[in-house]
Amino acid sequence: MLNECRGMYPRLMTCPLFYSSSNKGESAAMKFRKYFFLRILTCILTIWIGVTFIFFIPRMFPSDPVENMIGQIRSRSGQMDPVELEALRRSLRVQFGLEGSLLEQYGSFLWKGLLHFDFGPSLMSYPTPAGEIIRTYLPYTLILSLTTTLIAWIIGNLIGLQAGFRKDKRSSKILEGIAICLYPVPYFIIALILQIVFAFQLGWFPLQSNINSMGGAASYLGSLLRASILPAVSMLLLGTGWWIISMKSLSGTTAEEDFVLYARYRGIPEKTIGRNYVFRNSVLTQVTALAMSLGGVFSGSIMTEIIFGYPGVGTLIQKAILQSDYNMILGCITISIVAISLSTLIVDLIYPFIDPRIRYS
Amino acid sequence: MKRFWKNANGRLKTGMVMTAFFLVLGFAVYYIPHINPFTYNSYPGKLPPSGQHWLGTTSLGQDVFWLLMESIHNSLLIGLIVALIGTVVGVFVGLLAGFSGGAVDRMLTVVTDTFVVIPSLPILILMTSLMKGSSAAILMALVLAMFAWAWPSRQIRSMALTMKERDFIQTAWFSGEGTVQVIMTEILPFALTWSLSNFMNATLSAIASESSLAVLGLSPANLISLGNMIQWARERNAIFAGQWFWIGSPIVATVLLFIGLFLLITGYNDYLSRKRGR
Repeated sequence: MLNECRGMYPRLMTCPLFYSSSNKGESAAMKFRKYFFLRILTCILTIWIGVTFIFFIPRMFPSDPVENMIGQIRSRSGQMDPVELEALRRSLRVQFGLEGSLLEQYGSFLWKGLLHFDFGPSLMSYPTPAGEIIRTYLPYTLILSLTTTLIAWIIGNLIGLQAGFRKDKRSSKILEGIAICLYPVPYFIIALILQIVFAFQLGWFPLQSNINSMGGAASYLGSLLRASILPAVSMLLLGTGWWIISMKSLSGTTAEEDFVLYARYRGIPEKTIGRNYVFRNSVLTQVTALAMSLGGVFSGSIMTEIIFGYPGVGTLIQKAILQSDYNMILGCITISIVAISLSTLIVDLIYPFIDPRIRYS
Repeated sequence: MKRFWKNANGRLKTGMVMTAFFLVLGFAVYYIPHINPFTYNSYPGKLPPSGQHWLGTTSLGQDVFWLLMESIHNSLLIGLIVALIGTVVGVFVGLLAGFSGGAVDRMLTVVTDTFVVIPSLPILILMTSLMKGSSAAILMALVLAMFAWAWPSRQIRSMALTMKERDFIQTAWFSGEGTVQVIMTEILPFALTWSLSNFMNATLSAIASESSLAVLGLSPANLISLGNMIQWARERNAIFAGQWFWIGSPIVATVLLFIGLFLLITGYNDYLSRKRGR
């Protein structure tokens, strides 16, 4: 899955701070507070619209999860007593949150699902609540996607700065060429290629990750590291590609601006110009772009996990789909939307603190 | 056309050639008569590449080359349909928001912004897992299109906001042209050059989304697409059996198609910005 901003240079995006129309009379602090408030409001709105979507879509489809379940149970256990069947149907309807009017269902879904992460029991491992299972899987996904995103962002921006600042060097062109060949490829394809080459052909890594949680801490960490290397590398390759491409185009245009030219005439060393003039000005846009890219990174993490069988939310979603565990799918997706929206919010709220143009007095 | 080619940059040229290659494969070579590649046991299974079967056959006795042509055709078709719906809706919503202003604009902007940041893959997974394989390809395209309109709409809105203040638009207003006419004759031509890059972008992400869903087993089971072809090869253990042409050819095709489209998009954007004199 791709970022929504794919193929667009991030410069085209509107900077969120100046997004809302601001009057000239307002003080910086007031503007700042308004920005905070607006941003949090948008985040809540995003989560609300997303969750409402999730709630209403399944109810618009003709397929009924309860009937599907009953069909499965009947095919396994053969003939069933009609009275028993009716009781089963009723209890399943309660557990799926399908009892009562649509509005009541919606209210209880928002209250239980969104605020308490209670999605009812999982069907794959029956009485265990889906929320509890997700809670054990979620940290793996978060660690994998957040660390690789951060590392890719740093490496990509540093390489991109070099490539954009010294545009005419041969090495810059080669680096950009590599980035262009990596970035547009979907996550699962890179994962698949790495799996074929390094796990199947060379046999350096296990084909499917399995994490040893039985032994001591050392064996747990060791197996975790071994299982994470290939997924992490495949996510790093793609992420770095995008940051190189975008940073190169950003720093390339910044390097041609008048104030950089002036700095050159003043005899400031190239290194200082690169660091203090070009980098600091272009990295701001990249922070906004980072916030915008998180949704795509999470989707990429889902796909990468599935290819490698890495024990995260992605693998959980795949298992749930295979076994029609409807509560589990709903839970995973609600939590993904909340997680992505919150991390986007955090990056956006950090933004004003690193923008040197804003002073709070 | 000749002048366009002369002014085009290297990326745009490479991208155009690569994309054109796939368009020819998907929409011309595809129509050369051949045995339906979907039927099992048309040929003996697991044949190596030869003069008769350029890319060999699968373990189910299907010709890999024609399977590949069929999947390129379907993937491109889905991408183009989604992009078309997304661009048309996006341009309409964007223009409406940009030109109406006030409460309508604010509401549309909030909805658009939400759709831009909302993670689409999880919601697509939910929707397609409810349809689960039984859905038709066109339904799949409609579902994907739900997330394709937001980004173009946002861009067209900001374009419309700047256009509104331009002199020639004012002139058109004051000379008594109606809103619809102003939009159709004065604004749409501008919006279209902008939308072309959005259109290609949407094509790319639609193909990527479809193939991601296919790997999850959520794409329609009767649809031969690049993603489904990879997924079938994985399911039938093509990796372990060493049938590299079966699993390798859709992977290579996807990679090349995506690089080609990406070069086309960035090259076109560069070309446009140079033309505007930057």
